[in-house]
Amino acid sequence: MGMALEIKIPLQEENILFLSDAKDSSEVITRLSDALEKQGYIKSSFRDAVLERELSLPTGLELDGQIHAAIPHADIEHVNFPSVALAVLQKPVIFRCMVEPEKEIPVRLVFLLAMNEPKKQVELLQQVATILQDSELLRKLVNSKTGKEVMEALIIHND
Amino acid sequence: MNQQRVKRILVACGTAIATSTLVAVRIKEEMAKRGINVETRQCKATEITSQAQDVDLIVSTTPVPSGLNKPVIQTLAFLTGIGKEDVLNQIEKILKEM
Repeated sequence: MGMALEIKIPLQEENILFLSDAKDSSEVITRLSDALEKQGYIKSSFRDAVLERELSLPTGLELDGQIHAAIPHADIEHVNFPSVALAVLQKPVIFRCMVEPEKEIPVRLVFLLAMNEPKKQVELLQQVATILQDSELLRKLVNSKTGKEVMEALIIHND
Repeated sequence: MNQQRVKRILVACGTAIATSTLVAVRIKEEMAKRGINVETRQCKATEITSQAQDVDLIVSTTPVPSGLNKPVIQTLAFLTGIGKEDVLNQIEKILKEM
């Protein structure tokens, strides 16, 4: 199609993790939360809130194609600054499906979302949805080896 | 059948924030394009039963309890893009039949 698309999300290179052997969704969520907490973007309560939420209200998303994603997040009171952390998983990790919680989805990309003003940050989620709907971009993301490659894929996206 | 009155949609997601905000905004935009005036209310998955009384339709990204006696659409289409046109057509059809 030939369109250049700039994705604007509050994602920094240091919050992009490449995990080769994460055991389960809890480990991925924990490691992503630790990254955001280290920078003060989230409170220490965020991690447990996300883990707890994922148990009853999972965030796995089955996408069009082979690459699936998850968007774990929690209530606004645990967030200091809107931010995103991304895990690129070398081996798929099971997340359960948001709309069908008994269904297991093998996920390669996990976007941990920290939002504290949803009405203002609907754009953040819309940008994430734009990524999720672009199978070419998803392929670039899972094939990335460095944070820099991910940032470049998201800033300039050319078909 | 009064097609001019504002239609009310209850939009639910896990924690009544991000996802339902996105879905509500999209539905309002898309229905406006189709000439349907829509009012949305957002709630958490756990609040659906108590919030469902005076709405025309429930749209949710998480499972909805059965027995509510309202049309229900459970869908991730606004996040994943999969089946979005079908869902919008379904919403339009339901609202026009009210």
